[in-house]
Amino acid sequence: MTSGNEISQVAPEGRTLINVRTGMFGATGDTTGYDLMNTVVTMPGATERPYGSWFDDAVDILAELLGDKADEAIQYVVVDRGELTLHVAREHLLDVVRHLRDDQDLRFEMCLGVSGVHYPADAGRELHAVYPLLSMTHNRQLRLEVSVSDEDPHLPSVTSVYPMNNWHERETWDFFGIVFDGHPALARIEMPDDWVGHPQRKDYSLGGIPIEYKGAEVQPPNERRQYR
Amino acid sequence: MSTTESFTPTGAFTEDPDAAEYTVNGGDWTDVAEEAVRLGQQRIVMNMGPQHPSTHGVLRVMLEVEGEIVKEARAGIGYLHTGIEKNMEYRTWTQGVTFCTRMDYVNSMNNEHAYVLGVEKLLGITDDIPERASVLRVLMAELSRIASHLVAVGTGGNELGGTTIMTHSFTAREEVFRIIEMISGLRMNNAYMRPGGVAQGLPEGGVWRIRDMVTKVRGYVDEVADLHLKNPVFVGRTKGIAKLDLAACMALGVTGPVLRSAGLPYDLRKAQPYSGYEDYDFQVPTSTDADAYSRTLLRMEEIYESLKIVSQAADRLEGLGDGPVMVADKKIAWPAQLSIGSDGQGNSAQHIRHIMDESMEALIHHFKLVTEGFDVPAGQVFQATEGPKGLLGVHLVSDGGTKPWRAHFRDPGFNNLQALSMMTEGGQVADVVVAIASIDFVLGGVDR
Amino acid sequence: MHIDENTPDAGWFTGTLEATVGFLRAGSLWPVTFGLACCSIEMMATGTSRFDISRHGSEVFRGSPRQADLMIVAGRLSNKMAPILRQVYDQMAEPKWVISQGVCASSGGMFNNYAIVQGVDHIVPVDIYLPGCPPRPEMLINALTTLQDEVKKQPLWQSRRKEIAAAAEAAALKATPTSDQFGLLR
Ligand code: SF4
Repeated sequence: MTSGNEISQVAPEGRTLINVRTGMFGATGDTTGYDLMNTVVTMPGATERPYGSWFDDAVDILAELLGDKADEAIQYVVVDRGELTLHVAREHLLDVVRHLRDDQDLRFEMCLGVSGVHYPADAGRELHAVYPLLSMTHNRQLRLEVSVSDEDPHLPSVTSVYPMNNWHERETWDFFGIVFDGHPALARIEMPDDWVGHPQRKDYSLGGIPIEYKGAEVQPPNERRQYR
Repeated sequence: MSTTESFTPTGAFTEDPDAAEYTVNGGDWTDVAEEAVRLGQQRIVMNMGPQHPSTHGVLRVMLEVEGEIVKEARAGIGYLHTGIEKNMEYRTWTQGVTFCTRMDYVNSMNNEHAYVLGVEKLLGITDDIPERASVLRVLMAELSRIASHLVAVGTGGNELGGTTIMTHSFTAREEVFRIIEMISGLRMNNAYMRPGGVAQGLPEGGVWRIRDMVTKVRGYVDEVADLHLKNPVFVGRTKGIAKLDLAACMALGVTGPVLRSAGLPYDLRKAQPYSGYEDYDFQVPTSTDADAYSRTLLRMEEIYESLKIVSQAADRLEGLGDGPVMVADKKIAWPAQLSIGSDGQGNSAQHIRHIMDESMEALIHHFKLVTEGFDVPAGQVFQATEGPKGLLGVHLVSDGGTKPWRAHFRDPGFNNLQALSMMTEGGQVADVVVAIASIDFVLGGVDR
Repeated sequence: MHIDENTPDAGWFTGTLEATVGFLRAGSLWPVTFGLACCSIEMMATGTSRFDISRHGSEVFRGSPRQADLMIVAGRLSNKMAPILRQVYDQMAEPKWVISQGVCASSGGMFNNYAIVQGVDHIVPVDIYLPGCPPRPEMLINALTTLQDEVKKQPLWQSRRKEIAAAAEAAALKATPTSDQFGLLR
C-alpha cells in the first residue's frame, strides 16, 4: 500500500471496508510511480427506505418488538441483489434472534449456521459473523450480520435460541477465533485440538505447515508462487 | 482444547467424579469386562472410528455405554478437513467450481449447482442463463441425486451386513455414471457447471442414451427395493430405530429426507425453485414414521421422482435442439468450447484455430479470462438449494475482484450430524450404525 | 513356477518356494478398508460388479488392519488424520504394501494448504503412486496388478536380507555425503 498521499482509506459511513487497492492490476501494486491510483473497495452500503417487497414490513415489525432498543440494535439495513441484510449490534443479538424466531409474522425457524468473514482493513470491526435465517412458514430468507473487533472478538451465542447453531459456532471459533459467549462447549471442531491459530483468517497463510517426518518445512504456497 | 472461559465440560462421564474412568482401546472383550468389574465401573467409554468400516468415512463417535445401552454419544469430526473454503479464496470464481465439487463427493453436481447459482446472483445474471444450460443443470443435479441416494441405500445395507444391496445399488449407479461421464467427461468431481452456464452441451445420441438409462436404472432400483425394503432383517433393524420427531428436527435444523421422514414436506425445489424446477412435474415423498426405515424408503422414492425429472429434462433437451449453454456476455462466458478429439477431450480444434491463427484479440481475451478471470461486483449473497441430504447453502462474499473474498458452505451433513446423539442415546450400540446410515452424511461435505 | 498341464492326474508343480509364496501372496492381497475421501468411493466402485476387483483376489476388504496386507490410501489425508493413518499402518502385519490412490494422497494434489499432508509418503512408505483425481477403477486395478507383479518377485529369507543389504549399500553410495549437504538438515 502506498503511503503519504491524501486519498481517503476509510470507508464511507455505514459500509464495510474490504480493501484498498493500489495500481491497476491486483497483484503488483502501483507500478507507475503515480501513487494515486487507489480504489477503496467496500461492501454495498446502507439502503434507504422503501426496501421493497416484504422487507419494510419485516423491519417494522422487528423494530416495534424491540421497542426503544430498535435504533441501537439495528445499526443499518442493506438490500442488495434482492436479499435483506440487517446489521445488528452484538449486545442486542439475542433479543433480535428471539423476536425473529418467535413472532408469528416473522417466524424464522431456522438459522442456517454462522459464517465468519474477516475484513482486516475494516478497523474496529474486523470480524463479521453472518447468520442466514430461513422462515419455512413464510418462505423467506434474511441475513443478520454482526461485527466485532480483533481485540474483543466476543459474541453472544445464539444456541439458546437456535440449538442447531452449536456446531456452526464451534466451526467459526475454530476458523476465525470469534468467541461465542454462553456456548455449551466451545471447542475446536475441524482442526486438531492443539492447533495454533485460526486458519481461515486473512492473516493466516494458506499453507506452510511443518511436517515433522522429514524435518523439513513445506513453504507456504503464496510465498512460492504469486497467487494474489 | 480451546482456552476460552466459556468452555464447560459436560460432566456427564461419571456420576461419581472420583471413580476411575475406563476407556477401551481395543483388546479382548473378556479382559475389558474384567477390568471394568475391578474398577467397579458400569460405564465404559468406547471410541468408534475414525477408521471404522461403518462410519461413512472418517467419522469418530465417542460412545459411553452401560452394557449394550448407549448413554452418551458424541461425534468427533474434522478428520477430513481439507481447507476447501480457504483454498477457494486463492483461485478465480470459475476455478472455485473445481474445489466445491470435491466437498460432498458423492453428490458433486449439487455442490456445483449451489455455487454457480450463488456466483450468478452476485453477478446479477441469474435471468440470462440460457434455458438449455438450466435444463442440463437440472438433469445433472438429479443424476447426482440418484447416485447419492444409491450410495446411501447401498452402503446403509452393506453396514447391516447385506453386501448384495451395495453391489446392486452400485450397479445402478454405474449406469448413472455412464451418462454423467458422457456429458461431462468425468465420473466424479466433474466441474461441469460454470458460472454463466455449463461446460458443454449434450453429445450426439445423448437423449436416447438417457432414456435407455432411465429404464435400466428403474429396473435395478425396483430390484434393490424388493431385496432391501422387504428383507425381514432390515425391517427389524430399522423400523422404529433412530427416531427423530419433527420438533427435534426443527430444533436441530435438520433438513432433507430426515426432516421429510418426520412429516414436513419441505423441499427447496418446491419452496424456492431455482433453475426452473417449478416447471417439472414431481412429488416430494414424505412420511410420518420418523425412523430409519422410513428414511431409506423416502430415498428410494426420491430416486423414482428424480428419474421422472430426468426424463422430462431429456424431453426438453430434445425439443431445444442445439443452442448456447453459456451466457451471451463474452466478459463472463468461458471462451473455449470443449470437444472430443483423437487425443480425448479438450478445446475444440475450431476454437484453437480461431485464437491461434485468426484473431489476436480473441487470443488476448481467452488468455485474460482463463488466467485472470472476471470481476464480480463487491457484495455478498446466500444461495440455498436442495441437495440430496438436505439444505445445501453457500455464502459468497466478493471484494470486487476475480477471486472470492470468502466462500462458505452450509453442508446439510454437517448440520444433520448434530442429531446423532439424540438419535442414538438410550438405544443399543448396534443401532448407532443404523442411525449413522440413516442420516446419510458424507464426511467430505461435513468437514470441507 | 511351472504347472504340468499334460500329465493326467497331475497333482503337482515345480518351482521355487519363493516363487510359490510370491504367487500366493499376490493372488490374495486383502486391502484394509481405509477410505478417506472421493477416491474411496471409486475404491468401493472397484469392489462392485462393473469392475469387480475380486477377479484379482482382492475383494476381501478387512475392517481390521491386522487381517490386511494392503493399505489403499484413498483420498486426501488431513493433518488431524495423519497419526491415525500411521497407527493403522503400524497395526498391519508384515508383509504389507501401500498404494497411494489419487493425487491428494500422492502429493497433496490441488489442496496445497494448511490442512492437508502434502503426500502420504511423509507418513508411511508407499509402493505404488496412482495419479488421477479420482483415478478410474480401471486405473486402480492396474495399480493393483502392477503391485502384484512386484509382490511376486519379492525374495524371501536369506536372499531378501542380501537384497536389502545390497540396496542399502547402493543407496549409501549414491547419496550426497553429509559434508556436501546444505539446508533442511536437523
Ligand atoms: S485425488 Fe481427487 S478424487 Fe482423490 S481424494 Fe483427492 S480430490 Fe478427491
